[in-house]
Amino acid sequence: MEAVSCRCYQFNLLLVMLFVTADIISTVEFNHSGELLATGDKGGRVVIFQQELESKNQPQCRGEYNVYSTFQSHEPEFDYLKSLEIEEKINKIRWLPQKNAAQFLLSTNDKTIKLWKISERDKRPEGYNLKEEDGRYRDPTTVTTLRVPVFQPMDLMVEASPRRVFANAHTYHINSISVNSDCETYLSADDLRINLWNLEITDRSFNIVDIKPVNMEELTEVITAAEFHPNQCNTFVYSSSKGTIRLCDMRASALCDQHSKLFEEPEDPSNRSFFSEIISSISDVKFSHSGRYMMTRDYLSVKIWDLNMESRPVETYQVHEYLRSKLCSLYENDCIFDKFECCWNGNDSVVMTGSYNNFFRMFDRGYRQDVTLEASRESSKPRSVLKPRKVCTGGKRKKDEISVDSLDFNKKILHTAWHPQDNIIAVATTNNLYIFQDKL
Amino acid sequence: MANMYSKGTKRKFYDSVDAATDNKAALYSRQRQSLLDMSLIKLQLCHMLVEPNMCRSVLIANTVRHIQEEMTHDGSWQLVTEAFGSSGPSDHLVATEVLCRSSALEQQGGGPKLYSVMGYDGCREEEVVTDEALCSVTFSGGAPSLLGTIDHCWDRAELRMAAVEDRVIKDSGSEVESGEGAKTVMGQVFGTFEIKNGAPGSDPALEELFSAVDASYYDLDTMLTSIQSTPKMGPYNLLDSMASSHGPTSNSSCRTDLSELDHIMEIIVGS
Repeated sequence: MEAVSCRCYQFNLLLVMLFVTADIISTVEFNHSGELLATGDKGGRVVIFQQELESKNQPQCRGEYNVYSTFQSHEPEFDYLKSLEIEEKINKIRWLPQKNAAQFLLSTNDKTIKLWKISERDKRPEGYNLKEEDGRYRDPTTVTTLRVPVFQPMDLMVEASPRRVFANAHTYHINSISVNSDCETYLSADDLRINLWNLEITDRSFNIVDIKPVNMEELTEVITAAEFHPNQCNTFVYSSSKGTIRLCDMRASALCDQHSKLFEEPEDPSNRSFFSEIISSISDVKFSHSGRYMMTRDYLSVKIWDLNMESRPVETYQVHEYLRSKLCSLYENDCIFDKFECCWNGNDSVVMTGSYNNFFRMFDRGYRQDVTLEASRESSKPRSVLKPRKVCTGGKRKKDEISVDSLDFNKKILHTAWHPQDNIIAVATTNNLYIFQDKL
Repeated sequence: MANMYSKGTKRKFYDSVDAATDNKAALYSRQRQSLLDMSLIKLQLCHMLVEPNMCRSVLIANTVRHIQEEMTHDGSWQLVTEAFGSSGPSDHLVATEVLCRSSALEQQGGGPKLYSVMGYDGCREEEVVTDEALCSVTFSGGAPSLLGTIDHCWDRAELRMAAVEDRVIKDSGSEVESGEGAKTVMGQVFGTFEIKNGAPGSDPALEELFSAVDASYYDLDTMLTSIQSTPKMGPYNLLDSMASSHGPTSNSSCRTDLSELDHIMEIIVGS
């Protein structure tokens, strides 16, 4: 199914759904068909939304999602050895490609990854010989005839059950999980190490990257994100807090400490400051669907890299350059350490990422256009198209513009997701999930 | 007053050019110092949190190292050394505590700010376990490593609470044992700190610091002012407006009431 191609500045986005969650949303992910949308929150819960089938009356309502399943994935734990609490917050969710009627996803907190099976039950067996309908056993002596139990329809029930628990493999906090294209293995990355797992085996994992120095005092760099290549099962990348991306080939050696490629852009000397390193730290890395490119997000920009060129990105998009002069204040209030994610649309023509003040940005790669939109109740009137927003950087503020000093840095959009085929996007503010669709 | 003008415009011009350059340098120096203080406080607060974010800690530690390297190159670091004397060889860098000031230090007013660097190789145990000093240590080599702070949080399990006084710690670079040994040293420094913190009669300035931090971390100016009188930094005025516009991040209570749900349902768009 060909992904819909559209110029982002021509998007007429309508708010279709708005969900208020009980806790702060910490991850958002569509499954491979886009029919299901999973969110994880700070309280360890996973909520899955399902796309409503197009009804004959309202064929335009592709973006209508309803709650499909809710379950508690992780509970808070206590590490007695270190006297530290292990948060139940879900850091990442990744769906497995669908193989049968059931859906599978991996969810992870700081320490433990779990494989969940989500299955539907819409029939139940009735007509047992030895059991009553309510489950009580019948006295065998009262049975005079035999019958064959049959399946009768029942109200749809969606069950989530944990099928695997992958624990005790990470000393540091897990920041990424990524399912391999072979559908048999996946990687999990923490601050200093990356492990390779087989989905069937929970008591063993292979360490494939280890950047922990012998002497922890010499630590200057951590792993911030990692992902498998979408079609090459031997290739993965990981990004660092120093703004580098390393591409590794698992065929080269068992321990992939030696990268095959190192992607790094030379620093711009005119922009050098004490904060240069911090803002170069990469918060997210995502391969394009094609596998030809990868996108990285650092504090102020989004960069597109061609895997064949390590020296510099092929495209750079400024997300909120007006913050460059405010870095000291953003350092003071810790906002400079916010980890924004980024995502591709279905055909890799548009990329999207979040910003502050509940703004999110889209960049059209082909037409070199970008747009700033806002996810808020005030700006999302029913049946009206989202209006582009503009931040005024200095001088006279035009009508409808917002000045940099008025931005609310508590309202940050860290997590966004794009439907794999349609122009439907999911945008998470602190505890609201917005689903927008393109007006046809 | 009259004498100031009797020297003539020539001199005044010369003075003002120099003054402008000096002012710029002084401003930069103050900004840098302020950033260093801020960074060190951020790292200190790692001890307060349940489990610090390692990426954040590493980035802050790198920033501190960067500042200290620059200060070493332009000689500002030496001011700190000279101000407090060096109990070790002259090529050792000296760091003294800022978070725990004695009254004598406060009277110094606008002197170079002092800051504590917590934990690195080569600290002498007998200097660490003192009553008035939080941590007064010497170390050799380049910029001190602040990664002990991270190490403390992550490898606390490896602490050995052996008798601290019995150990003689060698300078880093010489026969430091494997990573485990160095870490143990680090751990002991922090182990000591931990115990000291809870002891009765511990430094009132230290307690004042942590009590202030608890209440209003984001109100940085207030906190620094309460420790020592320092003029507010011009470049950071934005902080004030930002601090006032939003308080410490609070996890908003996310209770949904029925009226809100109604409102949400209204938003659902038809074709």
